[in-house]
Amino acid sequence: MASITLDGLAHAYRPDPRGPQDYALKEINHVWRQGGAYALLGPSGCGKTTLLNIISGLVIPTRGRILFDDRDVTQLPTEARNIAQVFQFPVVYDTMTVRENLAFPLKNRKMPREAIARRVEEIASRLGLNSVLDRKASNLTADAKQKISLGRGLVREDVAAILFDEPLTVIDPHLKWQLRSSLKELHRALDLTMIYVTHDQTEALTFADTVVVMHDGAVVQTGTPEELFERPAHTFVGHFIGSPGMNVLPAKVEGRTAHVGDVAIALDRGYAALPVGGRIELGVRPEFATLAAPGTGLPVKVTRIEDIGRARIARIEISGNPAAAMVPEDLSLDGDSAGLTLDPRQIHIYADGVLVPGEAAGREGAM
Amino acid sequence: MTLELDHVSLRVRGVPFIKDVSLQLERGSLNVLLGATLAGKTSLMRLMAGLDAPTSGRVRMEGRDVTGLSVKKRSVAMVYQQFINYPSLTVYENIASPLRVAGLPRAEIEARVLSAAKLLKLEPYLQRTPLALSGGQQQRTAIARALVKRADLVLLDEPLANLDYKLREELREELPRIFASTGAVFVYATTEPTEALLLGGHTATLLEGAVTQFGPTAEVYRRPANLATARVFSDPPLNALRVTKQGHTVLMENGTVLPASGPLAQVSNGVYTIGVRAHHLEVEDIATAERITGNGLIRLGATIAVTEVTGSESFLHMDMGQERLTALVAGVRRLEPDAPVEVLIDPRHILLFGADGQAIAPARDAAAA
Amino acid sequence: MDKPVNNAAWLLVAPVFLIVAFSAILPIMTVVNYSVQDTFGNNQFFWNGLGWFQELLDPSTELGGRFLDALWRNLLFSAIILAIEVPLGILVALSMPRDGWKVAATLVIMALPLLIPWNVVGTIWQVFARADIGLGGWAINALGIDYNYTGDPLAAWITIVVMDVWHWTSLVALLCYAGLKSIPDAYYQAARIDGASRWAIFTTIQLPKMKRVLLIAVLLRFMDSFMIYTEPFVLTGGGPGNATTFLSIDLVKIALGQFDLGKAAAMSLVYNLIVLALCWVFYTVMTHAGTERRQEENPA
Repeated sequence: MASITLDGLAHAYRPDPRGPQDYALKEINHVWRQGGAYALLGPSGCGKTTLLNIISGLVIPTRGRILFDDRDVTQLPTEARNIAQVFQFPVVYDTMTVRENLAFPLKNRKMPREAIARRVEEIASRLGLNSVLDRKASNLTADAKQKISLGRGLVREDVAAILFDEPLTVIDPHLKWQLRSSLKELHRALDLTMIYVTHDQTEALTFADTVVVMHDGAVVQTGTPEELFERPAHTFVGHFIGSPGMNVLPAKVEGRTAHVGDVAIALDRGYAALPVGGRIELGVRPEFATLAAPGTGLPVKVTRIEDIGRARIARIEISGNPAAAMVPEDLSLDGDSAGLTLDPRQIHIYADGVLVPGEAAGREGAM
Repeated sequence: MTLELDHVSLRVRGVPFIKDVSLQLERGSLNVLLGATLAGKTSLMRLMAGLDAPTSGRVRMEGRDVTGLSVKKRSVAMVYQQFINYPSLTVYENIASPLRVAGLPRAEIEARVLSAAKLLKLEPYLQRTPLALSGGQQQRTAIARALVKRADLVLLDEPLANLDYKLREELREELPRIFASTGAVFVYATTEPTEALLLGGHTATLLEGAVTQFGPTAEVYRRPANLATARVFSDPPLNALRVTKQGHTVLMENGTVLPASGPLAQVSNGVYTIGVRAHHLEVEDIATAERITGNGLIRLGATIAVTEVTGSESFLHMDMGQERLTALVAGVRRLEPDAPVEVLIDPRHILLFGADGQAIAPARDAAAA
Repeated sequence: MDKPVNNAAWLLVAPVFLIVAFSAILPIMTVVNYSVQDTFGNNQFFWNGLGWFQELLDPSTELGGRFLDALWRNLLFSAIILAIEVPLGILVALSMPRDGWKVAATLVIMALPLLIPWNVVGTIWQVFARADIGLGGWAINALGIDYNYTGDPLAAWITIVVMDVWHWTSLVALLCYAGLKSIPDAYYQAARIDGASRWAIFTTIQLPKMKRVLLIAVLLRFMDSFMIYTEPFVLTGGGPGNATTFLSIDLVKIALGQFDLGKAAAMSLVYNLIVLALCWVFYTVMTHAGTERRQEENPA
C-alpha cells in the first residue's frame, strides 16, 4: 500500500534531448494517493504508456524522481517495486492451470505452500474463478484470462498499486460492463491504488475518481469526471471527452456577448481580460445545446440527425461552423432550418485553447 | 447488385458455425452484422465473399447462383480489423494496387485513386508510406483500396476495432456518407450496438451462428422480435426479468407481487420475460425520499452495487435478489454501495417476451424509443 | 475452414503428381522388384521371395548383423547430435541480440555454415582434424592428447559429431530465435512483475512458446542425421573398421561395392520404412500440438 509521487518527471527516448519537442513526456508533478482510482486518458502517442512504464519500472526517466510513499524507486527494477500490471492482451502462462497461474507470483517469492493455497482460493473467489481453478488457463475466454492476469497481481499482499494498460481492448461490449463493475467492486473492497491507462473516455470516466488527461506528452487537465465534463480546461479536453465532443466555435467576445459569424450568443460571465490577438473560441457541449423549432433561440442549419437509440443527435451548422446538438424526443422538423437554445452557464470561452475563467454575474467586466 | 443467402449453413468438422441463415441484401445498402465475438460474423462474411463454400444452402448474386464460385471470380473487396497495406508502397500506390492488377489505363487509375483519396481525406498523404501514418489514416487507406475496385460487394470486418476511441468516432461519422456514394452492397461487422445505430442501414443480429433478426436498424433496435435480439442489441446490457402472470397480478422472481399493467395486462397467464433497456430505468434514492410520480409506474426494490459516473451521466448497477440491473440516468448520481433504492419502470417501455423467447406485442414505436 | 474453394487448384497440382510419380513411385517400384530377386550379374535375375528381408531382420546372419549394427549406429548418432544441438541451439538463440545492427550481423554469421555443401564440410574437417597437417588435429596432439580420427573409433565419432554440431546447430538456433521473437514483450514484463527467476521465465514462457518450432527443428535434424551420408563418407569412409559405417554408407557398399542389388534393395526398403514410420510419429505429435492450438483460436 502506498501513495505514488511523480516529482518533476520527464522522459525523452533520445539520449540528448534539446528542446521540448524531444520529450515524449514533458515535466509532470503529481501525487497518486493511496487507495485512489486513477485513469490516464489520451490518444495514441500522448505519452500515457511512457508514464505507465516509468511507474512500473520498465523505463527509467530522463529527469525527476518517482516515490512510493517516501521511498525513491526511480532506479529500482520492476520486480523490486510492489506493483502489478494487467496488459492489453491477456498474459497467462499457457502450460499452467488457473490455480498454478495465480500461485506463480507467490511461489516465486517462496511463500509457504499452505499460505499460497489459502490466498489463491481467496482471490479466486473474489474474481469468480473458483469453478475454473483446475482448468488450463490457455483454454479460457479473453475476459477470464484478464481476470487471471489481475488475480496474479491481487494474490500478492504487498502490492502497492495495480496498473491497467487498456485491459478491455479484446473484451466484448457486454462483458466489458461486467468486468468494469467487478473491477470497481474490487477496488472498493481491497483499498488498492489503481491506475488505468486508456484512450476510451467511457472506460476512464466510469472507472476513475480522478482522470488525468494527456496530450502531446503533457498533462492538460486533472480532475473528476464532472469537472472534465463541465469545465474542460482546454479545448482538447472538451473535444476528447464526451461523445460527440464539445462544440468549439471561433468567436469574438464583447462583454457578455459572443459572436460566432453573424450569430450573437449571450454569455453568463464577462470576459474583460482576453488576450489581444489570441485565438478566441467558444465551447459548449452538445448536451447543453438543444435543438428547437425554427424561430426559437439561435438560427441553425441541420445537416443530419443521428439516432443513437436512447437519444437523437443533430449535426448542425452555426454560421457555417459544424456543431452537434441534442434533439428533444417530441421535436420534429421540416426542412433543414431549426433553432438552438444553449445553457448559458455551460458556455465557456477559450483563448488559444485554454479556458478563460470569466467574471461571474454582479462583477461586470470592463466593457 | 443484390446478394442473397438462401438457407445457408456451414459446419466445420461437425461443428456448426452458421445455422440456416437467409438474408437478402440490396444494391447500394449498408448492412450491419451485429454480434459478440464467435457469433459467426466473420464466418458469414467469408461465405458471402466466396472464401468458404456453405455446407448447405445457396448464395446468389443478382439472382445468379454463385455457391462455390471462387472469390477471384466474384467482385468482392474486404477491409479487416488489422490495417493491411503494402508497407513499402506509397499510399497512392496502395490505393492503386488493385487497379494495376486489373490492368486499367494510367489515366483511369489516377482519376479513381484521386477521387477515393478525396472521399477519405487522404490527399495530403498520397506520397507517404503507410507506416508513417496514424492508425486512422492507415485504415482509411485500406478502405480507399477496397472502394477503388468498385466491387459489387464490400465487406468490412470490425474495421474500427483497432482505432483510438476518437478516431473511431470520426470515421464512423463519415462512413455512411462514403458508402452512400457508391452502388455496392456493404456488409459491416461489429460487436458494438452503438456502432450499428450510428451506421444506420439494415442490421442482422447474430447469436451462435444464427441470425436472430434482420431489418432496418432502428426497427430492429426498437422492436426486437425476440429476447436474443434484444440482448445482442443493447449496450449497456438489457435488463431482463422473469415474471409469472396470474390473473391481475405479476409475480417477480424475488417474490414481489405487482399489479399487471402495460402489456402485461393484456396477456394470458404464464411465464414471461420483461426486457427494459438501461436508459428506461429511473432510480429513486429512498434516503432522499424524492418521489418520482407517474401513472402506473412499476416500482421494484433494489440495492446499489456499483455506481459509475461519466460526468454527464451515471450508470447505476443494482442488485435485486439474484438479478443485476443496470440503469443509465442523466446527470451525476453518486449513490453509495448497498444504498436501498427503488427502480421505476414505465410499462410503456417494456419489451415483453414469452416463455419461448419470442416478442409478444411489439412495444409501440414512440414508447420504446 | 481456412481453404478457399477453388477447383482450378487441382490442375496446378497435377504436374507435381506426375513428377512425384516419375521421381518416387517408379524408382521405388524398381527397388521393390530388385528386393525380391537375386542376381549374379549379366542382368540375370532369380526369384528369391522374401528371403532378403528374412535375412535382414535376423541378427544371426551376416547381412542382418551388419544391418542392425549400422541401424544402432544411426540411432546413437541421431540421439547424440539431438542431445547436443537442441539445447545448444536454444542456448545460442537465447543469447542472440534482440534488436539493432547486431541482429543482422549475427544472423549472417549463423547462416554461414548452413550455406556450405555437405561434401565440402566433410573435406574441410578431414583436413582440419588431421593430426599431421590439420590445424585442429595438430593442436590437440600438441596438447599431449593422442588424437587420430583415422585410427581411433572414438576419435572418429567425436570428430563426426563435432562436425555435425558445427554444421547444423545454427539451424536449430535460427528456428528457436524465430520462435522467441514471436513472444510479445508483455509476457516478459508480466514475468518480471511476478518475480519469476530467469529459469522460470525459460520454462514457463519461452519453452512453451518455442514448442512448435522446436518440434520442427527436432524433426528436421532427426531426419537429416538419420540419413547422414556425405560427411562421414568424405571424412572417414565409414572407418576405422566399421566404426562410422552408417546405414546409408553400408547401403552404398553393398549395392555398388559388392553389387548385391537384391540385398541392397531390401535394405533400402526397410531403411525407408523406418524413416517413414519415425516421420509419422513426429507428424502425429506435431499435428496433435496443432489441433490443440486451433481449438483455442477464434472460429468465427
